[in-house]
Amino acid sequence: MQALVIVAHGSHLNPDSSAPTYDHADTVREVGAFDEVRTGFWKEEPSIREVLRTVEADEVYVVPLFISEGYFTEQVIPRELRLEGWDVADWDSDGLSASHVTLSATDVPEKTIHYCGPVGTHAAMTDVLVRRAETVTGDPNVGEGFGLAVVGHGTERNENSAKAIEYHADRIREMDRFDEVQALYMDEEPEVDDVTDYFESEDVVVVPLFIADGFHTQEDIPEDMGLTDDYRTGYDVPAEVDGHRIWYAGAVGTEGLMADVVLERAADAGADIGNSLEVVRERTRKTPQEAN
Amino acid sequence: MGHHLDALVDAAATGDGVSLDGFTVSRSDDGFRLETADSTLNGLTEGGLREALADYDDYATNWYFWSEVVGESSPQRRAFLRWVEGASVDAGGDDGGDGDGDDSENDGDAASVPERYDALRDGVSREWGQLLVTVTVDDHGERSYELRHADEVDADRDDLDPYREPLAARQLATYDEKGRYRPLKTGNNLAGGWVFPDLDARDLVETVETFYPASVPNWYRERRGELDVAHWEDAIGRQTGMYSVVKTWNRGDGHEHVDWVAEACCDDSQCVKRREWQYDDDTDLDVDGGDGAFPCREPCSVVIAASRKWTRLEGEGTQTYEFELTPSEKEQVEDIIEAVADDRTDDIREGDVYEGANRYRARFLRAKLFDDEGNLGGVPTDASDDE
Repeated sequence: MQALVIVAHGSHLNPDSSAPTYDHADTVREVGAFDEVRTGFWKEEPSIREVLRTVEADEVYVVPLFISEGYFTEQVIPRELRLEGWDVADWDSDGLSASHVTLSATDVPEKTIHYCGPVGTHAAMTDVLVRRAETVTGDPNVGEGFGLAVVGHGTERNENSAKAIEYHADRIREMDRFDEVQALYMDEEPEVDDVTDYFESEDVVVVPLFIADGFHTQEDIPEDMGLTDDYRTGYDVPAEVDGHRIWYAGAVGTEGLMADVVLERAADAGADIGNSLEVVRERTRKTPQEAN
Repeated sequence: MGHHLDALVDAAATGDGVSLDGFTVSRSDDGFRLETADSTLNGLTEGGLREALADYDDYATNWYFWSEVVGESSPQRRAFLRWVEGASVDAGGDDGGDGDGDDSENDGDAASVPERYDALRDGVSREWGQLLVTVTVDDHGERSYELRHADEVDADRDDLDPYREPLAARQLATYDEKGRYRPLKTGNNLAGGWVFPDLDARDLVETVETFYPASVPNWYRERRGELDVAHWEDAIGRQTGMYSVVKTWNRGDGHEHVDWVAEACCDDSQCVKRREWQYDDDTDLDVDGGDGAFPCREPCSVVIAASRKWTRLEGEGTQTYEFELTPSEKEQVEDIIEAVADDRTDDIREGDVYEGANRYRARFLRAKLFDDEGNLGGVPTDASDDE
């Protein structure tokens, strides 16, 4: 028996924080790749401290629904899971390359815990950013004539956060699909406030590399970019700003294809997921595919 | 019908035979032996055993349900399900347990299978936090579980919205009756109006665990004497980052501040878990942990987050402020604090000016006592603002 445990931050204030975690867990559950799919949270329940005891299976794949390697993936989650002998060096990561490590946990000594790197740094995350652009424009072939901005926090709290943004922006650029691709940040240059300065394309898709919608993606970024004066009144998609059409996508983590990245992380750690990846890629597509 | 008899006869013929809840069937060289507290039959042929079992159908379906339907793959699920219907919890494979506390109601003096089945035919109910589980057994010995809000014990099932999928509980648990987000799943503010009319055993436990995550495993560990309680000192000691500041709240002069935290957050009126954590291994808090069916093993994230704020606030020294209140105004301030603390403000009617926390009464007090900056009695909060 194998179980998937998705761990995420959660919130005491905002139900939208855990909503993507539940959505992706449901997607994985429906595809039947795991005997059990559980969720655990830092701020909600079950707590990360107690989630492993809710699991029946003996092989457990823990995937953190976080954007980058750092405080949560390296300290908080291993501590709360009570991973025995955890040492961040075992990930042997350059800040982007953590894949998985197999340990036991004192809370459930009879089980094997495969602790995976965060979803945000997985290569498959690049495809989710592109899928998000397809979803927000309603065009499965969006690219030509469009610019794409990937938005992150910046390095203020965690240098790996900017690494993840650059990594995916580079990979999308290499696809040669969008006319322009740019990494932008909330608290450092190049700033998302000046989004229109960084693009020549009239149409720009802006995708924040965040797990869930909340204060930053729903209030800060829309106001900073000038989509609206007051987030409470909402904004148009696309919205006209300085002669550009800004297609603001909201948090990439709400995109259904995120479930694919969760599965990829577990598969990289040795989970047997059969053909689930293909099924999930199709089921989570919201834009109509062109007939070939 | 009959598949449970086939399974039972097969099981009786192999290994140690069948033994559960005062019912044993085994095979020796003399044939099958069937035994209950009241009777023993020996030397039965297989045909004879099948014939005899017709008179022991409750025992037979009971064995089938616990051995073949529930099984032992999850000891905690099995234990919970047995507790729900009043069967002895430590029977059927659990060993090494020295369950403490409240299990005397089940263990040792558990009812016989026929007595238990008589009760199950009418329905046996248990409360679990604000949940009410009712299990019934049909003529084939199959269990059906109904789950609803405990406050709606007498509600007509047809008046409640029916749900069948365990995960539907997730949405039901997200908002309180006024549509406000519930940050704590075990908060004593679960909304009602719903019913899961017909769950099987596995889905019942899934649904209960969706309403109250990890409540069953923690309860099970407690019964076995294995609950890993992390007291206040342990729990705040392991905090890092923004929550590490809570450590500085303990100043080596007692635990009154933690008593206040527990009274504020962990009282039965606020959370349905029974607080088992104390100040430290040697020092109990002075407030009661409550009567919840399942335990709370450490300060939760809500308590830790609130304690971070209190650590900052309680770092302030006191000051003397001077303003005058009439006796009724002093009582009104007390009324307002009481109303907020007990979440009663929405219940105080607009026209009920006899309530201190009535909106017009509060507005009158503000109009009279606040200056333009919102200072009570016109007295600035910081003395330096006085200039």
